[in-house]
Amino acid sequence: MKHVKVLGSGCKRCQTTAEMVHTEAKKLGIDISLEKVTDAALIAGYGIAATPGLVINGKVVHAGGVPKAEDLAKWLSEG
Amino acid sequence: MSTDIVAHRAKNPTLWIAATAAFVLLWFVLYGVLAPLSAWIVSLLPLAAASRLGGAAAFFIYETPKVLMLLTLVVFAMGVVRSFFSAERTRALLAGKNEGIGNVAAASLGIVTPFCSCSAVPMFLGFVSAGVPLGVTFSFLIAAPMVNEVALGLLFALIGWQVALTYLAFGLAIAIVAGWTIGRLHLEGWLEDWVRNLRSASADIPAATITTIDRIKAGIEAVKDIVGKVWLWVAAGIAVGAFIHGYVPAGLLASIMGRDAWWSVPAAVVLGIPMYSNAAGIIPVVEALLGKGAALGTTLAFMMSVTALSLPEMIILRKVLTIRLIAVFAGVVGIGILAVGFLFNALFS
Repeated sequence: MKHVKVLGSGCKRCQTTAEMVHTEAKKLGIDISLEKVTDAALIAGYGIAATPGLVINGKVVHAGGVPKAEDLAKWLSEG
Repeated sequence: MSTDIVAHRAKNPTLWIAATAAFVLLWFVLYGVLAPLSAWIVSLLPLAAASRLGGAAAFFIYETPKVLMLLTLVVFAMGVVRSFFSAERTRALLAGKNEGIGNVAAASLGIVTPFCSCSAVPMFLGFVSAGVPLGVTFSFLIAAPMVNEVALGLLFALIGWQVALTYLAFGLAIAIVAGWTIGRLHLEGWLEDWVRNLRSASADIPAATITTIDRIKAGIEAVKDIVGKVWLWVAAGIAVGAFIHGYVPAGLLASIMGRDAWWSVPAAVVLGIPMYSNAAGIIPVVEALLGKGAALGTTLAFMMSVTALSLPEMIILRKVLTIRLIAVFAGVVGIGILAVGFLFNALFS
C-alpha cells in the first residue's frame, strides 16, 4: 500500500495529476491510497513552490506541473 | 513489431526536431501568403471594398488568422523555453539574494518561470518560507503575470515589436521598482501571522528526466493550453476591433483617450483592475482604439492594469496577505503604471 498525496489548490492540473496516479497505479497493479492536499499552509510545509506537487510515502517526488506518465510509473514502483 | 518501430521512432529526437522545423517552415510559408489569401477571400464577398462593412470584414478576415498564428508561434517558443525553468529552481536562485539584484533577478525570472495564477498562493508561501525577501517575492509576483507571452505575443502581432519591447522593458521596470519599494517599507509584519511563522526547508526533489522531445512536447502542451483557452477572446476582440475600424471615425477618440486628456490614464488603470480573463480579447480592441486617436501611454497603462492588477488574484492572495499589504501592493504597482502612462503620452505624440 502506497500513500500518495497530490498537493494543489484543486485546479485542473491537480485533478489531471490525481487521475493519472489512479490510472498508472491500476496499470501497475499497485495498491494506493490517494489524498488531495488543498490547504496552502500544508502544501508550503512540504517545501515546494509550485503546484501540483506529488508526495509518495511522505517523500516529495515532483512539483510544478502535470508529471510524465513514465516518471509516475517509475516513482510508484520504486521503494 | 510495427508498434515497436513506431515506439522507437517516437523516441527519436532528430525526428522530433525535423518535424518541428518543418512545421515552423510551413508556418512562415502560410504567414507569407496570408495577406494575398485574405484579400482574395474578401474580394469574393459581395461587399464594396471602400464601404464600412467591407473595411470591417477585411480587417477581421486578415487579422484573426494572423494573430492566432503569431500567438501560436510565440506560445510554443515560450513553452519550450519555460521547460528549462521551474519554480523550485527560481526560488533556489532567489533565496538569500540581496534587495536590488534580487529584485532584478526576480522580475527577469518572472518572465520565464512557469506561472499560473491558481499557483500564486503556494508560490508566495514557498518563496517567503524559504527565505526569499518579501520585496523580491513581490517583484516576481508582479512580473510573472504582467510580462507574459500572451500579452507580448499579441502586442508584437497587432501593434509591432517596438511597442512589445517597450511593454517588456517598462513591465520589468515596474516589477523591479515596486518590489524594491515594498522591500524598503519592511512590511513583513503585515503578512498574516501564520505566514510569518512558517519556515520550511526546500524539498529535495530528484531531478526529472527532461529530454529534447519533452521540451518540444512542453511547447505543444502550452499551445493547446493557452491558445485553446484564449482563441475565442482573441476572435471576439478582433470582431470588436473590426467594428471600431470600420465604423468609428478617425480622431473621434482623441478627445477621450488622447494624450491631452490627462485623466484618461488613471481612468484606464481603474477600468483595467476588474478585467483579467479578458486580457487576450482586450488587446485587439486596444489596437483599433490606437488607430482612432487613443494615446499609446493610455493604452499601455490599460494593458498593464488588466494584467498586473487583477482583482481575482488579489482575492486569492488575501489568504496570505493582510488587506493593508494588498492595498500597498496595488498602490505601488498602480503608481508605477500611472507613471508609465503619463511618460509615454508625454514622449510620443
